Amino acid sequence: MGSYFIRRIGFIIITLILASIIIFSITQFLPGDVAQVILGQFATETAIANLREELGLNEPLHMQYLNWAGNFIQGDWGNSLVSRMPVRPIVTQRLVNSAMLAGLALLIYVPLGIVLGVIAALKRDRLPDQMITGVSMAFVGLPEFVSGLLLISFLAIGAGWFPANSSIDPDSTFFQSLPYLILPAITVSLTGLGYVARMTRSGTIDVLRSDYVRAAELKGLPGSQVLTRHVLRNSLLPTVTIVAMGIGWLLGGLIVTEAVYGYPGLGRLLVYGIQRQDLPIIQAGSMIVVAVYSLSNLAADIIYGMLNPRIRVD
Amino acid sequence: MALANGEEKKKAGVSYLGKFFPRLRRYPTTYIGFAIILAFLFIAIFGPMIAPYHYSQQNLALRLDPPSEEHIFGTDQFGRDIYSRILVGSRDVLTVAGSGTALAVFFGLLLGLFSGYRGGLFDEMVMRAMDVILSIPPLLLAMVILFALGPSRVNVILVVGFLYIPMVARVVRSVVLELKTRQFVEAARMRGESSLYILYKEILPNVLPSLAVEASMRFSYSIFLVASLGFLGLGVQPPSPDWGLMVGEARTWFYQAQWVLYFPAGAIALLVVGVGFMSDGLRRMLLPGGVSDVG
Repeated sequence: MGSYFIRRIGFIIITLILASIIIFSITQFLPGDVAQVILGQFATETAIANLREELGLNEPLHMQYLNWAGNFIQGDWGNSLVSRMPVRPIVTQRLVNSAMLAGLALLIYVPLGIVLGVIAALKRDRLPDQMITGVSMAFVGLPEFVSGLLLISFLAIGAGWFPANSSIDPDSTFFQSLPYLILPAITVSLTGLGYVARMTRSGTIDVLRSDYVRAAELKGLPGSQVLTRHVLRNSLLPTVTIVAMGIGWLLGGLIVTEAVYGYPGLGRLLVYGIQRQDLPIIQAGSMIVVAVYSLSNLAADIIYGMLNPRIRVD
Repeated sequence: MALANGEEKKKAGVSYLGKFFPRLRRYPTTYIGFAIILAFLFIAIFGPMIAPYHYSQQNLALRLDPPSEEHIFGTDQFGRDIYSRILVGSRDVLTVAGSGTALAVFFGLLLGLFSGYRGGLFDEMVMRAMDVILSIPPLLLAMVILFALGPSRVNVILVVGFLYIPMVARVVRSVVLELKTRQFVEAARMRGESSLYILYKEILPNVLPSLAVEASMRFSYSIFLVASLGFLGLGVQPPSPDWGLMVGEARTWFYQAQWVLYFPAGAIALLVVGVGFMSDGLRRMLLPGGVSDVG
């Protein structure tokens, strides 16, 4: 396990370096000159030339990358081109906000998805299964902006149960934000719910067909014991991986959902950054998202390895 | 000998197809899915002819008019007929998501076939490159690339195509790795057939069922992605009647005029459900017994 762990960490570091090269190079294709963007279209030639020099834009591209990456590792993520504020506090604060939203969503959709998936598997091809499978299929494919706006229309504007807009003060604590988090969390959950339910269903069906479940049934164990002691213990193993694999989805879902509700998380920050061509925000924000993604994949692998000692990944 | 071989294959083909339809009958949702998609294809082809108004024809006297006999889905903030816009917009979503999927399937198939069959260093390099692309969440990568390239219909197609190559390549490769060890491939190699012949004649036909299922799943994700990018303003630009864009614009108006939101949102939901049903049906038909995979 130890050497495996070290190798995985090494792999993640390489991945992050490559991803940072990709993100850095893509953002170099930006239409127009960064110095021009910062100073506006009425800037003088000399002012632009001076700023280019100051920002190191005259250096070769690989030197620019190394400077940027070096500063990034040391915690200097640059200043926002729009607000001139340091990027790091903004990004970390938004990351915390997104984590609150993601955490609440996970608390909703993981347990609910598992329960629905197991029910569907036990009632395979009968009405409950067909309903759960059908509805979850619709939820999996429904883009968050569609479900989000429909939820706002019905539950916020129509019923008046929730605030329609979640553009709260980015500094709010969890309990201050909670009322504003519920509707966005439900929105994010719908996609994840369908996903977890479907995967749990197929995992459980596989286990139900296995010889040891048959044996447990034949030796006369009551159904509830077969379910808890033999089926669930094995069928929930893949669910751990599924939840972690779904983190990529969750991150994408957060971007769209935060845009829908105006919730001040990392996703909305990235969308704003892109709309305003705020290069440092885009670079730092993207890198953080990629890092979170890689770490959650690693966590999934480790948990999976611990739960299932038969698996020795190499 | 060659003839006998051909005959045998034909027979196998018939019984193969014969097996599909009874299986299909057990899942009525598959029919619903195919029916929805056919309906949308029909609309995409004939939409502009059916549409009672031009999609960009404005009528400022009739802004945000509720559904009526003249405008069965109502009008939007410029007095444009929402029904006509949805009909014409079906073309956008199907062609953009469809072409993106086609690109991804084509290149993913090529990479997966060669990578899986050749193995060795080439395989290792291709798969690590795929891992790096996969290490960035798709929507984020799409946003960053479109930020650099600028939003346009062609760029969205290219981005969708690029993003989904790794997923297709992985699926194809895993099937090829399994097929490579089978006896009929071994036999072809013994006969001295070239690698290209084996890939094309022996392996490709057996990859097709998995590829079809994967392609249909990619198509549903592409619709999702294209619509989301449209909503974020990074996809097809106004005044085009892209559904995601229409929903995005509706955000300002749906407090006073719900129909501006409900109809394009409903169209997206219906299409997405249709594609989901179809791809699920395809999987049950073509890959019976396999673990249903989402990812």
